[in-house]
Amino acid sequence: MRKSILLSMLALAALPVIAQDSARVQRGNEVFQYWCAPCHAPGPRHPGTQALDALYQGAKPGVLEDRNDLVPEITATFVRTGVSIMPPFRKTEISDDDLAALAAYLAP
Amino acid sequence: MSVPPGISERVFSQAIGQFERAVGREWVFTSDEDVALYSDAYTPLWNEAEAKTASAAVAPASAEEVQAVMRVANEHGIPMYPISTGRNLGYGGSAPVLSGSVVLDLKRMNRILEVDERNAYALVEPGVSYFDLYRHIQDNGLKLWIDCPDPGWGSVIGNALDHGAGFTANPYRDHFDAHCGMEIVLANGDLVRLGMGALPNAKTWQQYKYGYGPYLDGIFSQSNFGVVTKMGFWLMPEPEAYLEGTVNVPGHDDVIPLIDIMSYLMNSAIQNAGTMLSSPVRFAAAQDPQLRTMLTRADDEAKQALNRFAAERGIPFWSNILKFYGPEEVIKAQWAYAQRRLGKIPGAQFVDGPTYRFPLTPEQIATVRDEGDFGIPTLSIFSIGARSAFNPTPTTGHLWFSPVIPMSGEAVIESQRVLAGVLQELGRDTSIAVFPQSYHQRTFVILVGFPVLHDVDANRQVRDVFRRLIDVAGEHGWGEYRTHTAFMDDCARVYSYNDHALLRLQETLKDAIDPKGILSAGRYGIWPRQLRRNRA
Repeated sequence: MRKSILLSMLALAALPVIAQDSARVQRGNEVFQYWCAPCHAPGPRHPGTQALDALYQGAKPGVLEDRNDLVPEITATFVRTGVSIMPPFRKTEISDDDLAALAAYLAP
Repeated sequence: MSVPPGISERVFSQAIGQFERAVGREWVFTSDEDVALYSDAYTPLWNEAEAKTASAAVAPASAEEVQAVMRVANEHGIPMYPISTGRNLGYGGSAPVLSGSVVLDLKRMNRILEVDERNAYALVEPGVSYFDLYRHIQDNGLKLWIDCPDPGWGSVIGNALDHGAGFTANPYRDHFDAHCGMEIVLANGDLVRLGMGALPNAKTWQQYKYGYGPYLDGIFSQSNFGVVTKMGFWLMPEPEAYLEGTVNVPGHDDVIPLIDIMSYLMNSAIQNAGTMLSSPVRFAAAQDPQLRTMLTRADDEAKQALNRFAAERGIPFWSNILKFYGPEEVIKAQWAYAQRRLGKIPGAQFVDGPTYRFPLTPEQIATVRDEGDFGIPTLSIFSIGARSAFNPTPTTGHLWFSPVIPMSGEAVIESQRVLAGVLQELGRDTSIAVFPQSYHQRTFVILVGFPVLHDVDANRQVRDVFRRLIDVAGEHGWGEYRTHTAFMDDCARVYSYNDHALLRLQETLKDAIDPKGILSAGRYGIWPRQLRRNRA
């Protein structure tokens, strides 16, 4: 009984953190759909997906949302430096807060 | 922190502090890391001393903040370089022509101020992209279409100011021509509304283009005379239907009657949309080493060889898609009439394309030939140069050489011969010179694409070829409609009638409107008085 009360209290204390994380991931999803999906969504006519499919040859998914190895540092690096024909994104486009949210959304 | 040319660190620090008070500290960027984001992602000057770089960036959120920033810049003589979304990749992106300028980043000004369905227009700020305007129209269920270029993340205002074009019906696809009403912040911070917007209680700013007195809008496009902070655009009401068909003609010289008839159909508003001329046989011949040399010749032997090649392979020499927007019974009649006119060319063949009614379903959108025909913005154009199953070695960008030539078959033949000749002479792939040619109003714009790489020598060779093409095209009376910032002086130089009278007039205007010469020095070849020595 005491243990369950203790666990409930711990869970209640963690709620704001969970809510904060959930809001951040939700925001990351919005950032992805706005900025990234036009190139990186599944299916044809998405040059980012097409390029990653050709690069990985099946070793990894070409669709970014299907990846399970995109640690936040990788997302941040590609967004701020670009690669091949993908340009870097300015902070007026993807702010540092939005980049953190995007990285959280794509993180394993 | 780097400083703009001719500005002391003390003065620049003072100006930066004033910028921060004008727009908020978080929207003034001075660290090397942040400023590097304003480099030209597709620069043909990669890793060279001449690569264009900014000293700082300032991002206002309103016309009032733009005014405050420009007053500070004018007080101190700080060179400023406005960008709207900074996504005109291939034309310089977000990097200034004059290195060391402060980029005035207008991306945060992203409000769609009005979309009027009854009169079919929109009023937007410079940070609004084609995606933004399209989504706004879709989210609000408005029966209006935008006309968008490739790609769709560019600024509606920025693309129009650079004379960009799209793919739908003719009255909307020349984006500057489709604008109505502008708001400008001048170099001294003064705010001006053009056209009917000059009336304090204007009721027709987005409905009547001219206002009263001289029509000034044009001098704020492809120039550096002001910062455009609002702009109106006419939009197309959603049509009932779309229909397309293709005409193929068999012989080399058939391009002359083909384009004469297309010209008649377009100028009569029967063929009422943007379209492309292509040459399947010229493209195929360019892949054949034996025939490739024929593409640079206009003699009978070359024509006959190419005609034989076309006949043997069963490939049309010329092919042209026609596109129609409107009520189904009307556009079917237009296509039937077009076939009657074009059918006078011996051997002409017609292929019916799809007919669509609107709105399109998601399944239809996924299978249309080009979303741009339906005013749907995408980024699919980036498949050019990106890694793919067909392209194992991706590029890091591209450039477009894009001269304007007359809408006639003779001009198409001559321009193909001349430009392919230059490419052949310089050892380049001539097949890129036979890129499909885009119809504009009474002209074609040729698009010859060049890859940009992280390779200094390769980029230098591309720049040499590009400059040679500008000069040769200029000698033939063909000038560029738009160019990358690295070639703005070169393209301006060939518009030289009467000892560069046009450029001298532009400089007179520059000196009067921006006497300290702080706005976008060098853009489209217009330099302020103190920097004219930079001019080639």
